[in-house]
Amino acid sequence: MNLDAKIPEGPLADKWKYHKGHNLKLVNPANRRKYHVIVVGSGLAGGAAAASLAEMGYQVSCFCYQDSPRRAHSIAAQGGINAAKNYQNDGDSIYRLFYDTIKGGDYRSREANVYRLAEVSGNIIDQMVAQGVPFAREYGGLLANRSFGGAQVSRTFYARGQTGQQLLLGAYQQLSRQIGLGQVKMYNRHEMLDLVLVDGHAKGIITRNLVNGKIERWASDTVVLCTGGYGNVFFLSTNAQGCNVTAAYRAFKRGAGFANPCYTQIHPTCIPVHGDQQSKLTLMSESLRNDGRIWAPKTRELADKVRKGEIKPGDIAEDDRDYYLERKYPSFGNLAPRDISSRAAKEACDDGRGVASTGLGVFLDFRDAINRLGEDVIRERYGNLFDMYNRITGDNPYQTPMMIFPAVHYTMGGLWVDYNLESNIPGLFVGGEANFSDHGANRLGASALMQGLADGYFVLPYTVGDYLARCGISSAGSISSDHEAFEEAENGVRERIAKLMSIQGTESPRSFHKRLGHIMWDYCGMARDDAGLKKAIELIPQLREEFWQNVRVIGEEGELNQELERAGRVADFLEYGELMCRDALMRDESCGGHFRSEHQTPDGEAERNDDEFAFVGVWEHQGDDKEPKLHKEELTYEEVKFTTRSYK
Amino acid sequence: MSAEKKVLLPSLVKKYLMAGSGLILVLFVLGHMAGNLQFFGPPEMINAYAYHLHHLPGAPVSLWAIRLFLLLCVGTHIAMAVLLVKENQAARPQKYAKQGFRKADYAARTMPMSGLIILAFIIFHILQYTVRNVPENYNETIGEATFEQAHGLPPIEYFDVYAMMVKGFSNVGISIFYLVAMALLCMHLTHGVASMFQSIGFRNEMWRKRLHTLAVAYGWFIFIGFASIPVSVIAFGHGKAYLAEKEAEWAAQTQQAQTVQLAQADNFKEGR
Amino acid sequence: MNLHLRVWRQKNVDTPGGYKNYELKDVSEDSSFLEMLDILNEQLVEQGEEPVAFDHDCREGICGMCSLVINGMAHGPETATTVCQLHMRSYKDGDSITIEPWRAKPFPVVKDLIVDRSAFDHIIQAGGFITARTGSPQDANEILIPKPTADKAMDAAACIGCGACVAACPNGSAMLFTSAKSSQLNLLPQGKGEKDKRVMAMVSAMDEQGFGNCTNYGECQAVCPKEITLDFIAKMNRDYATARVRNFFSKAI
Repeated sequence: MNLDAKIPEGPLADKWKYHKGHNLKLVNPANRRKYHVIVVGSGLAGGAAAASLAEMGYQVSCFCYQDSPRRAHSIAAQGGINAAKNYQNDGDSIYRLFYDTIKGGDYRSREANVYRLAEVSGNIIDQMVAQGVPFAREYGGLLANRSFGGAQVSRTFYARGQTGQQLLLGAYQQLSRQIGLGQVKMYNRHEMLDLVLVDGHAKGIITRNLVNGKIERWASDTVVLCTGGYGNVFFLSTNAQGCNVTAAYRAFKRGAGFANPCYTQIHPTCIPVHGDQQSKLTLMSESLRNDGRIWAPKTRELADKVRKGEIKPGDIAEDDRDYYLERKYPSFGNLAPRDISSRAAKEACDDGRGVASTGLGVFLDFRDAINRLGEDVIRERYGNLFDMYNRITGDNPYQTPMMIFPAVHYTMGGLWVDYNLESNIPGLFVGGEANFSDHGANRLGASALMQGLADGYFVLPYTVGDYLARCGISSAGSISSDHEAFEEAENGVRERIAKLMSIQGTESPRSFHKRLGHIMWDYCGMARDDAGLKKAIELIPQLREEFWQNVRVIGEEGELNQELERAGRVADFLEYGELMCRDALMRDESCGGHFRSEHQTPDGEAERNDDEFAFVGVWEHQGDDKEPKLHKEELTYEEVKFTTRSYK
Repeated sequence: MSAEKKVLLPSLVKKYLMAGSGLILVLFVLGHMAGNLQFFGPPEMINAYAYHLHHLPGAPVSLWAIRLFLLLCVGTHIAMAVLLVKENQAARPQKYAKQGFRKADYAARTMPMSGLIILAFIIFHILQYTVRNVPENYNETIGEATFEQAHGLPPIEYFDVYAMMVKGFSNVGISIFYLVAMALLCMHLTHGVASMFQSIGFRNEMWRKRLHTLAVAYGWFIFIGFASIPVSVIAFGHGKAYLAEKEAEWAAQTQQAQTVQLAQADNFKEGR
Repeated sequence: MNLHLRVWRQKNVDTPGGYKNYELKDVSEDSSFLEMLDILNEQLVEQGEEPVAFDHDCREGICGMCSLVINGMAHGPETATTVCQLHMRSYKDGDSITIEPWRAKPFPVVKDLIVDRSAFDHIIQAGGFITARTGSPQDANEILIPKPTADKAMDAAACIGCGACVAACPNGSAMLFTSAKSSQLNLLPQGKGEKDKRVMAMVSAMDEQGFGNCTNYGECQAVCPKEITLDFIAKMNRDYATARVRNFFSKAI
């Protein structure tokens, strides 16, 4: 597998400029309309890329599984988007944003990519403002900023608690404009089920029309995947119900390398699971930790009483409360980073001191803040979050402490890409959460939106053009969907669907998904260890076996069938989960969101092993019955030096 | 995706026409009521008012122009209503098992129905008092104006509107119909007046409540104003004495006329 | 809790649908409404019946995918809430619940409770954007936008495009949706250049899609999960009128 990252020559700060100006080839405006580009996914990365490429003159087809491109899950991001604008005069710079991102990613991301991300961050804000995104403003009319975790400057731009929505709608509006102009053909409710390679290049996809079940072939000159993350492998996550790994996993099966699948981010402040019937975890903004104190009862007996409702949390004496974050990390206290707070909550619950009916929850208590500041101040700061909590749980957080628990939130791993965001399959580009490159082992808050838009607006339009120019104008539109590769891929998709439909066992796809989620959460969740991962690698194939024997897909193939949709996605998760566990097992160190219990400092901190693991773990599919093969892209740092994170 | 339909009149233009014609009718109703309330003055007052209305400068052209303009407004208002109802029904071909409502009040939901009944009333009202052939012609109220003669002007046809009103409203059935129609008009106005501002874009959250209050107040004002007339006639016998006096006069006139006629007939016979 | 459900079932757009009754037992009051439907579907799968198809995705009230009319109310009994945020503690044991899809001609039922809302996309495609070529804009702070203007634009921009406004409007009118987007962009200085063109194009797209006319009921605002107000409809009425007048006297735009 060729893992040449194609990082341009020159000093870090000039690489992208030089690359754009010298290395990347251009396509003549008159020739662009002859090329057909497929973009799968319509979130920030996909929507922005499709709109920009169309604006440049390429013929673009864009696919999404939702009923409208406006519903991609980028919409759910709340907090904001980082940009090194230094509007607050607090000494921010491109370099600082770059450095914070590298450090936040625990030195497992590619330096040149991260620098470029920081470099274009300012352009993103300019672009989004021009498109009419109503960012928060100061009274004088200038843009407002807020601060976010992992940084010492205020560089986060926001639109109330709906920044992701506003940015996505901005991109959606640009996309809509191009659809209206006929430059983009939009295919809603279409799910990509396979990637088609012709002579080793990505030249098309196979989709299923989710409304009428039609399997269709789409030939193109290049394929751009912006299909999001794989957090739903855990069944319960903050991801949307439809988020899935299928598109990326199909590309993997066609030979694309999958990088760092074990890197997942667990968000510490979500609303706890209420029971078996739960389908989704809801995130509460991290900002709550500014005034709330996190604690668990000191003893198991007390926790047990709370769970049974024999004692109210408010009645627990001060001495019987364990403010464990304040105890363990006196200097950062309740504001310790995401991974650290999440693990601490898990420890308390593993110790039998968890609250909530399931025992999987800790308190986030505003009692002291309300006493200190008054209820009105708290209402002003967090009123909408308190209301949301109240709506979901029925509890009033002004009177009783909130309960929180960590939940899977974001996945840093993804398809391997080089500096041009091109995978090891020529002509297959990957953007947004679906690729791996920018966040290393842990993503900082407010950086996901930045990366999606950077990829979509400011990287892919250049690099996709470069690929097309390299292929030459004679290749434009030369591939037809009659090619035998399409035949083969389509037949594969049809066979798989027919197989899923024919099993008619007894268990629903959803039930299998839930069982897989339990395995993943127990053995490949917040803390992982050798024995557990090995066990998971044993359990998952068994479950997969059972799935292919006993799944029951009701309904018909040729019409809207949500059971069939889920079955296909779960089938891929059942394979993908194993790959994640293998990667987690291979990565015998702790870094960022990947915590191996064997590798911690005496006081429970993650212990990196830079000598052996400063590489990107890239997996190559070898065949259905064979173990995937590991390749390594060594991470070399020109600018930054490895240091250990400390939040004590 | 639904098939694109050809649009004759943009939906917002329909709103403007509805609001615009509504505004003129709202003002007309106010003027009409102000005129009617002169009923509570001496009979000559409203009679003189009616006389002047019919003898505006440039009459009868000006009179007919005003009538046509009002008719045009009513026609536009109705035409827009018909279009709205038709198109809105087409936009919701399948009804809900039971539609719930949070904001839309009874007045808003029954606009087409209240409008239709008001229309029926207007037609009746014109037939009764303007065309004067339903339920009777009130011909006896036509006489010659005395005060013009007193001023040395040529005698002109002159209606005793006051007497006509008393006579008309003495019919309990008509009065009840009139009251019902005015109640519906009041309801129609409570939604219509507030809507008018919204449709032409002059309403916001702050003014919504105020305008709603204004609309309700206006509706009631109009209702009380109009309703006071039949109520005063039916319940308090307002103008009955005047009418009785007039009726006696008419009876005498009729008798006199008959006598004259008979005499003429006799003369005729005799002359033969 | 135990529930009696009456659910609209429809095979596809061409087949007429009807109501079907289901009994559901042991639903936790902590479940969300959609989780209650998940439970129903698991039960149906067990019985070998086809599950009820319904749209849902983020389940946190922002994607705008979920779209159910519950006992005659779009998004159910709570205000400022999407169905996915509605929880079963709003109901009592033994309640009867009627569940229907959005009903409007421009939103044909695709299956069961799923409708096709691409009519909304067509309205945006007609003019719900600011023409801003990628890469060309000036520095973001060069456009000053006073906070009240930005806040007002954000109020309008909060629309999630779920279509509850159309579903709740007895006329099936899309004025609230259309006005929210046109007002957001028309309020902002960046959007002024295309103001007249935008509002005219969006209104005619809205009409062409077959939505009903606004008669100022106010039901749209009452069910809107993001509490978007009729103010924006008033603004659109104003913008459209001035645009038409300007356009009548000068075809320059």
